[in-house]
Formats: sequence, structure tokens, C-alpha cells
Amino acid sequence: MEHEALRNVSLAIEDGEFVGLIGHTGSGKSTLVQHFNGLLKPTAGKVYVDDVDIFSKDVSLRSIRQKVGMVFQYPEYQLFGETVFEDVAFGPKNMGVSDSELQDRVDQALTLVGLDLSLKERSPFELSGGQKRKVAIAGVLAMQPQILILDEPTAGLDPKGRDEVLSLVAHLHQKENKTIVLVSHSMEDVARLAQRLVVMAHGEIALEGPPEVIFRQADYLEAIGLGVPQVTRLLQVLQKRGFDVDPDHYTIESVEGEIVRLLETR
Amino acid sequence: MAEALIKFVDVSFSYSSDSEHGLEALTGINLEIDDGEFVAVLGHNGSGKSTLAKHINALLVPTSGTVFVAGIDTQDADRLWEIRQNVGMVFQNPDNQLVATTVEEDVAFGPENIGIPTPEIHRRVDEALKVVGMSEFRLHSPHQLSGGQKQRVAIAGMIAMRPRCIVLDEPTAMLDPVGRREVMQTVIKLNREEKITIVLITHAMEEAILADRVIVMEEGRIVLTGTPREVFSQVETLTRLRLDVPEITSLANRLRQRGFDRIPNNILTIEEMVNVICQLE
Repeated sequence: MEHEALRNVSLAIEDGEFVGLIGHTGSGKSTLVQHFNGLLKPTAGKVYVDDVDIFSKDVSLRSIRQKVGMVFQYPEYQLFGETVFEDVAFGPKNMGVSDSELQDRVDQALTLVGLDLSLKERSPFELSGGQKRKVAIAGVLAMQPQILILDEPTAGLDPKGRDEVLSLVAHLHQKENKTIVLVSHSMEDVARLAQRLVVMAHGEIALEGPPEVIFRQADYLEAIGLGVPQVTRLLQVLQKRGFDVDPDHYTIESVEGEIVRLLETR
Repeated sequence: MAEALIKFVDVSFSYSSDSEHGLEALTGINLEIDDGEFVAVLGHNGSGKSTLAKHINALLVPTSGTVFVAGIDTQDADRLWEIRQNVGMVFQNPDNQLVATTVEEDVAFGPENIGIPTPEIHRRVDEALKVVGMSEFRLHSPHQLSGGQKQRVAIAGMIAMRPRCIVLDEPTAMLDPVGRREVMQTVIKLNREEKITIVLITHAMEEAILADRVIVMEEGRIVLTGTPREVFSQVETLTRLRLDVPEITSLANRLRQRGFDRIPNNILTIEEMVNVICQLE
């Protein structure tokens, strides 16, 4: 019996864009992103990266994987090195990066994720959960990918660890000009960061657009096991009760502005 | 007044026996949890909340001070199994807790180990699976289940031991929103219908607001305690401790700071906020 994990997905992501990919477990979002760097090959259809069909004969998947970095769920489970340095250097070393450049790349990557360089000679297994995750992310960044896919990078972290990882992702987008695909089931997290949301359900793209447009479908989102940020829900309830509010806001700051406007005009 | 089910008296604990290098993971904890209470414990990683939880079923015993569970000192090695029968524990990772090849064998594992007769085990497994809503999956293999279902089976395994208290250490951290809802509905049912005392370690504010009492930990100490409403009104303190505040509570606090001082500082739900705005006109 065949089961299609993805069906008729057509999606274009622009250079430098920040896309939030959301959907409940089993919706196909992880399957989809594993096509972006050739870990999975489509049964039908094509995948292009920089206009190159990544499964055509003359393309090396290795070069695609250098361009499209992938941070998996719970990436710290994949740490194996005896030292942090060894772990972070593994990817670029396999790409044939020279020893002297390797040092620079590791230092840069660790600095980006906010880890002290003194940790380089430590065993990654002695570090805290949040630090381990940063080491794993640094290992992907050391390959200097243009596009970065992060699959639930904050799962299992505490609020402090989550905020650190999310501000790192924002930095990589804004300051390092990386193209970002953030897979998440936290609406609050993706709403704050992404320019465009793609909602997956049953292996298909169910909704696509800027956050404020997606969040108008609150009832549908709840029906497929997602939801909208609490503050957006507040504006929607107020509107239903006849208040003159614009519900297209999803950060606390902009909802605050909307409520202030409402209270001051009364 | 009846004796508390769980009682910490001046409890300190360090992981290293070397007192010079051993950082204290718990310092001077005094805490009582009553029979039937639902307590949520918050704090960021390293604050000592998991260490506290492990003292409740004697996975750890204090370096100094005493923990009593149903009146039993947890240092009393002869009564360890009695303590573990009173207090069940559910952990974060649903894949590390299930041991058997079918759901029903998994739930039966605990009672079998303490020598419960077979007909009684059958009764307990039936009942436990019913409580967590997993009866129809009894012959399934645990690895076919979703994360939320696995956690419910782990909880059923605890219920089959007939504990008075269940300690859950971030049981929803690795689950998606649907799984979270399933597990939290089960936890509430255990507390309200089965009258089992619940200690829930969590980072999720929407879970903590369901508790009777919230305890906030920082550097091995209890720094805040009270009803969810009392604790979440301390927005500045929680933010300083780098903990989350429900979005609505945070919004209410920001509006107050802008001079809308008729908005109370302890709003927890959307409905409460809507009512306040209706009254302000």
C-alpha cells in the first residue's frame, strides 16, 4: 500500500527570504524540507536550487548540501566528536577545506552561535543541553551555507535557550543575509520572525502568505491542530463583539498599539 | 490538619560530594504539597526543578535536610519501594520510557514487578488505559504511537501502580500542540477525577495556569510561590528570571504601564481581557 507523504507541492523561495513552515506532526513539513538538499528524492516532480535541478545527472548532491545547510530536530543527538572543535570542523573538513581555514571557520561559527572559544577543546557531552544544540548548529554554519533549513530548532529548550536560538536565526537572516526556512509548530515563534508562512496539512500546502493573512483563518488553523497567537485571538474576539479593531496584528507590541487606539477613541 | 503528602524540610543537595567544588543544586528548600493538590514548578534549565522532582520519589536523596513522602523519610532505604509506589514519575522523552512490545504489556510492567496477582493486573491495566483514553491501542506496539499517545501510555503505566502522586518532568516539551493538549487533558483528569496529586515541571505558561499553585525556582531556591494569578502578576520578576509570561498577561501589563491603570495586572485569559475592555468603555 502506498502512502503519499507529499502531494503536488509547488513552492518558490526567494533568495534572502525568511519562510516559516508550519503544520502538525505528520503534515509533511519535515518530509518537504528533506527534499531541499536532496536527502529525499521526489517520486514525481523536480526540485531546483539556484535554478539547478538538483537530481539531474551532472549535479553533485555534495555541492547542494554545502549550499543548503540543514539543522535537524534535536541536532545535539548527532554530536559525536571528542571535542567541540572536531564536531564543528567535521562538515567543512569533508568538503576539503584546508587546515588553516578550518580554524577560522570553526572560530567564526562558534562566535556566531555565541559560544566561548575556550570551549573548543571540551567534550561536547560535558556541555548543557542548550550549549550542545549551539555546537550542532555551529557545525552546519561552518560549511557556510547560503540557505539554512532549521527543523524545530527550539524544541525541548527552556524559554531562555529558545530566545537565544531565535535571535541567532534572526541575526543569520538580517546580518548574514542567509535564506531561512524555519520549521515550527509554535505560531508565536514563526510570527515574530518570518516574512511568509507556509502551512502544511496532509502532505499539501494548505495556506501560504504573510502572517497576518494566514492568521485570519484562526478556526481552520485550530481544526488542523495549530492556532493563532493569543494576542491575535484577542483582537478577533473583540471584532466579533462589535469593537472597531483591525485584527491583522500578531506581535504584542502592535496589538498593544491597536488596543490603545481603541481605548483612546472611546 | 492532616500531614502533607510531600514535605521538604530544609533540603539541600549537591551532585558532587566534594563540597568545595560541588555547586548546590538545591538550597534550603521548605515545601509542603497536600494530598490532591496540583502544583506546577517553573524555572529555566539548571534552576533545580528537575532535581527537586527527583527527590519526591527518592531517585535522589538530600545532602542535608529531609524529604517525607506520605510520612516516610526518603533516606529510609528499606521503604524505597513503598515510596516509589506512592509517587510515579513521567519524563520528557516519550521514546525512553516504554519497554515492552505491546501497550498493555508496558502498562502491566510496573504492577508485575511488585508481584500483583495476574487477575488484578488485568483489572488495573484495563482501568489505567481507560483513564488515559488508550484502550483501543492496547495491542499496538508502542513505537507505532504518536508522541502524545506514548506519553499517555507512560502515564497509564504509573496509574496502574495506584500512586497517590504523579510527578511529570516536562512531559509535553517534545510534543506538538495536539500531543500537548492530549497529555494536559489527561493530567487534569487524573487530578480532578482520580484525585491524584500532581507535580508538573514545565516551561509552558498555558499549562502552569491550570495548576492550583505555581512554584518558581531559581539557582536551587524557591523564589516565588502562589496561585497562578498571584505568580503571573509578577511580570517584571518573571521576565528578569527569563521565564515566559502568557501573552495576554504581558499585554495587560504593558497597557497598565501606558497609564491604563484600570486594567488589572493579573489577567490570564483572552476572555478576562475582553471583559475588562468591555467595562472600560
